[in-house]
Amino acid sequence: MNFRTLTAAELHYEISALQVEYADLLDDDRLEDWPELFTETCLYQVIARENADRGLGVAAIFCTSRAMLVDRVVSLRRANIYPLRHHRHILSAVRVTAVADDLVQAQSSYLVLQTRADGATEIYNAGKYLDHIVFAYGRLRFSRKIAIFDTNRVDTLMVTPI
Amino acid sequence: MESAEITIGVEGLAPETGYRVPYRVFTDPEIYQREQREIFRGATWNFVALEVEIPNPGDFKSTFIGETPVIVTRDGDGTINVVLNRCAHRGALVCRQPRGNAASLECVYHQWSYDLKGNLLGLPFRRGMRGQGGMPADFDISRHGLDRLRVETICGLVFASFSDKVEPLRLYLGPLAVGHIERLFNRPIKLLGDQRQYIHGNWKLYAENVRDPYHASLLHLFHTTFGLYRATQQGASRIDATGRHSALHSVASSNNDAADKSAYAGMRSFDTGFSLQDPSLLAGRKEFVDGITLVILALFPNLVVQQIANTLAVRQIVTHGTDAFELVWTHFGYADDDSDMDQIRLKQANLIGPAGLISMEDGEAVEIVQAAIKGDSERRSFIAMGGGQAVDSDHLVTEGAIIGFWQNYERIIGFDPTK
Ligand code: FES
Ligand SMILES: [Fe+2]
Repeated sequence: MNFRTLTAAELHYEISALQVEYADLLDDDRLEDWPELFTETCLYQVIARENADRGLGVAAIFCTSRAMLVDRVVSLRRANIYPLRHHRHILSAVRVTAVADDLVQAQSSYLVLQTRADGATEIYNAGKYLDHIVFAYGRLRFSRKIAIFDTNRVDTLMVTPI
Repeated sequence: MESAEITIGVEGLAPETGYRVPYRVFTDPEIYQREQREIFRGATWNFVALEVEIPNPGDFKSTFIGETPVIVTRDGDGTINVVLNRCAHRGALVCRQPRGNAASLECVYHQWSYDLKGNLLGLPFRRGMRGQGGMPADFDISRHGLDRLRVETICGLVFASFSDKVEPLRLYLGPLAVGHIERLFNRPIKLLGDQRQYIHGNWKLYAENVRDPYHASLLHLFHTTFGLYRATQQGASRIDATGRHSALHSVASSNNDAADKSAYAGMRSFDTGFSLQDPSLLAGRKEFVDGITLVILALFPNLVVQQIANTLAVRQIVTHGTDAFELVWTHFGYADDDSDMDQIRLKQANLIGPAGLISMEDGEAVEIVQAAIKGDSERRSFIAMGGGQAVDSDHLVTEGAIIGFWQNYERIIGFDPTK
């Protein structure tokens, strides 16, 4: 697939569909399928805005391969202890910021709502995604996904990916 | 210090050795107010910054001691100052940003302006306008600066105190803490970033948690499985002479997988079926000749200094009432780290902080205690692992350092652990 041959509307549709699929996998707790949306050598980073703005590298989650994403999921399933929570991603303002033959860059805003076991829902994390998207092995995948979150103060802990 | 064995009597039963903390210390607002006064604004030294956070003249950082807002500044001559973040006029926050650089501090409410040491420089309409208004003739500008705290530094860590009675910082910290600080801050450091988490529980539940090697291998399965920390490791729990500070350390190279597997037989915490697909997460470097791979140095009242594998960080506790606190992690490396080492530290940052593969559970541990003790403030915990006394141990199956913390706390706040 050559991204430059797509119309702006087609490109926007493709990118949005990938974003929605991403959010669905997380919100529906199909986490084992989530790494499949990335390339093998991907970069996935969830970083506080206060660090990103200062050019400091410490991130809440920093994975430099799809295997590390798998490890996160396995750890969450088998090792980590955390309370039952549901997350819901609200995506908006998806826009393509750069197009090359084989790479699309996109930016979007997101909001993650969190529902605790007692049924109360709160805003958990707000931020923006900076994505690099490629066509690999028959489908669109993220070669890079950076979530920069405004919510510098994380409510208790962060176990599921953003 | 009172390290005498405390025996607990329950009516009709023989006394048992152990230490008990009444749950009301985690829920009572009156006790919380007393802590703010006697501990955080009392005769203690509180961590406020790393010097590398304010390297240049004019740099400032706003932070908290307990819940009291303070500003840390570096002024023109390079001196570090800590002042109360409260305008001397009518009490507004003077500094409303987390960090920055400024030539002076100005309150936005009526523009009273202060130098970086907190001296009042001037105020609008001091002499009125067109002969009207203005401050009284006896107004003495030198009496209206920002309240200044005592400041001392050790190896690039900045501490402040509201007390003019507390001993000098190094004496307050004592040889155990000073030794660990000099070991970890053995050369210039660089800032790698902050992480913050808001935990819905009392700050002292976290003070217990970081003095508790007993939980570390049982709650944190990631730790145990990958051998970063096991209770079977060579290690120690050490308490300073006052009980208030403690250091836990362990040596990962002392792992013996086969023996450890049998020590943890039948326990949830040792999952041998779990291996990393990308082992680069744990591919670190040996950094210290002593072989120590984990240090949790807990300094009373508001700091934890940590080394876990190649992650180095300070964790500052900011209180938010009886049932919440914020934990601010400031990660650092050494100024002379090469780019590979930078990458190792950033990658291993996955282990700690709110999303830390081995630290996320601590927030949950604090919260499940806070949730369960509500409304039953006369009941008490039972702390006895390792013998129920505030003593050092050369093993990690102990809660001695927690008792040290409480004995020091008792002396300040007062409660009777035998009842
Ligand atoms: S309260 Fe600060 S100038 Fe008035
Ligand atoms: Fe822990």
